Amino acid sequence: MKPYFPSWSLVAFAALVAYPLFPALEHHFFHLTNRSLGVELPGLFLFAILALALNVVVGYTGLLHLGIAGFFGIGAYVVGILTAPLNPFEMNFWLALLIAIAVTTFIGLLLGTPALRLSGDYLALVTLGFGEVVRFTIKNIPAVTEGTKGISPLPPPVFPGVTVDWNTDYRPFYYLALSVLLITFYLLYRLERSKLGRAWVAIREDELAAKCMGLNTSRLKLAAFSVAAGIAGLAGGIYASKMTSTVGPEAFDFNKSIFVLCCLILGGLGSRNGVLLGVFILYGFDYILSPIIDGFLQSSGLGQGKIWQQFSGWRLIVFGLVLIIVMRVRPQGLLPNNRVKDEMQHVQLPATV
Amino acid sequence: MQILFAAIDTNALTQYLINGLSYGMLIALVALGYTMVYGIVELINFAHGDLFMLGGFLGLTIVTTTISLTGASVIGNVPMTAGILLLAFILVPIFCGFLNVGVDRIIYKPLRKAPRLAPLVSAIGVSFIFQNFGLFWGGPQDVDFPKLISNTNLLGESSSIRFTYQDLLVVGVTIPLMIALTLFVRVTPLGKAMRATAQNPTAAQLMGINTERVIATTFLIGGALAGFGSMIYGLTINTVHYQMGFLVGLYAFTAAVLGGIGNIPGAVLGGLLIGLVRSLGSAYVGERWTGALIFTMLIVVLVFRPSGLLGSRVREKV
Repeated sequence: MKPYFPSWSLVAFAALVAYPLFPALEHHFFHLTNRSLGVELPGLFLFAILALALNVVVGYTGLLHLGIAGFFGIGAYVVGILTAPLNPFEMNFWLALLIAIAVTTFIGLLLGTPALRLSGDYLALVTLGFGEVVRFTIKNIPAVTEGTKGISPLPPPVFPGVTVDWNTDYRPFYYLALSVLLITFYLLYRLERSKLGRAWVAIREDELAAKCMGLNTSRLKLAAFSVAAGIAGLAGGIYASKMTSTVGPEAFDFNKSIFVLCCLILGGLGSRNGVLLGVFILYGFDYILSPIIDGFLQSSGLGQGKIWQQFSGWRLIVFGLVLIIVMRVRPQGLLPNNRVKDEMQHVQLPATV
Repeated sequence: MQILFAAIDTNALTQYLINGLSYGMLIALVALGYTMVYGIVELINFAHGDLFMLGGFLGLTIVTTTISLTGASVIGNVPMTAGILLLAFILVPIFCGFLNVGVDRIIYKPLRKAPRLAPLVSAIGVSFIFQNFGLFWGGPQDVDFPKLISNTNLLGESSSIRFTYQDLLVVGVTIPLMIALTLFVRVTPLGKAMRATAQNPTAAQLMGINTERVIATTFLIGGALAGFGSMIYGLTINTVHYQMGFLVGLYAFTAAVLGGIGNIPGAVLGGLLIGLVRSLGSAYVGERWTGALIFTMLIVVLVFRPSGLLGSRVREKV
């Protein structure tokens, strides 16, 4: 493991911090593509937080989790329910966010409990089933969640000293999301080196050996589940506020969980920098690059009508190919964590499969 | 009060049971593909549901092109309908079977020795690619499947219980297939090799069994069964959609797990149970909750009885 922040990631962060300070860049980009990068980037930051959350379970602890979008959705809905003017609570955003984190952490704990009895594929299915149950539940109790419409509108956060309008100026959310991402990144950096983080890695590498060394693997797995759930809930809460709506149950479906997993696998499981790179590539492709290319195709008269003539019509093929090719060619990801790389390259003995 | 009445009404209950078993047989056909593949290579084939979906679109294309080529009216024209159905019921399973084998050869085979995550993630990738092709094939909306089999009541129009030609089709296709599959696995040498490979691939290989051939056969049969399932789905549900593979696939996998994964009679039993839960659940709990009900069932079964209802073998990794 590298004992320091690699300098390129600092440079990237600095560039992101500085971006809104140069409105000329934003203007230029807007003229070129008719889309505002400043509005799209906070979404990317929140996605990066979600991916870092999933990385705790899948990357560090080595448990396949296919329902992370469920926690993202719960976070969004808790904030939505507590802050929306149409509900009686009308709570302060920050308090609601804290409650969202607490609720998702607790539900993560609940979901983690069955996880103690299962491993491998079956655990993956339980998490998948959980994600779907969350989606169905959100859809089916319109009295609380407004059904498929989503709760809207939601008020923006109140932050002392920030007087600009959160809805028209992208910068408050930009800096909110970026700073939460930075904090999460730093906390995970510390966590990775803590006793807890090293114990998770021990479970991933060899659960039996970890148990023999006296680690309480059940409690450690529960911890991984609830930490991931809490971080996902945090991302979800900010997401709801940014969208000024909880969007609707379909925004938190299985495909979203898989999308996050794709980012992890492309960037490198267990590697924080890799995860960020993965999110940057895939989210950038899906939400920033492909609408731009679609726009060009549209204006050049090529991308009319049929789905296969539009660039975004190919997105599932692109994701599928990313998963397949990465697994074949470079299972450790683009920016691998060195330990994961070693694990992936050692052929496992049949007894441990 | 209404719920109580419905519970007492035996006619309604019989009807729900018929509907449930009919849907359950369809799920069982798809579940067999999951359970066989998992039994042999221990891979949750996420692409199986989407293979089923592609089969549905191929069936649709075959049916609509033959109808438009011959230009004849199909409604009430029995020989014509039978001909089209025969063609589709031969071509679709062949397509699905060989597509499944091809995917295994190209994508899963190089990963046999890789960590278990690798083939699983690749299967998710294949599922995405299939979905995208389904999107190109049928577009983002529901597509109508021609109503070749009428849903006239076989018990006479006055009867309060409906057992339609569609239900007859489901029974008439699935039961012979299941009998044939059971015989194949129990009696033939290849079936024996299949059971041996499922039990212990290394030992099977040492006994001179060509395990790659066994794996290919498994994918072929599983895919073909999904093909039959997709034709039945099209003919009874009468609409296909590029994302239908996800839900049907998940139900089918739940069925496979419920019956005990790797266990062929178990998959059938699980499928029937899922069908019953779906039909009785829609009747007594509310249709919109059936999805949540089935997934909750999946979680409960996995947690409390991971070896399933008929799974005798206790796997050390569960």
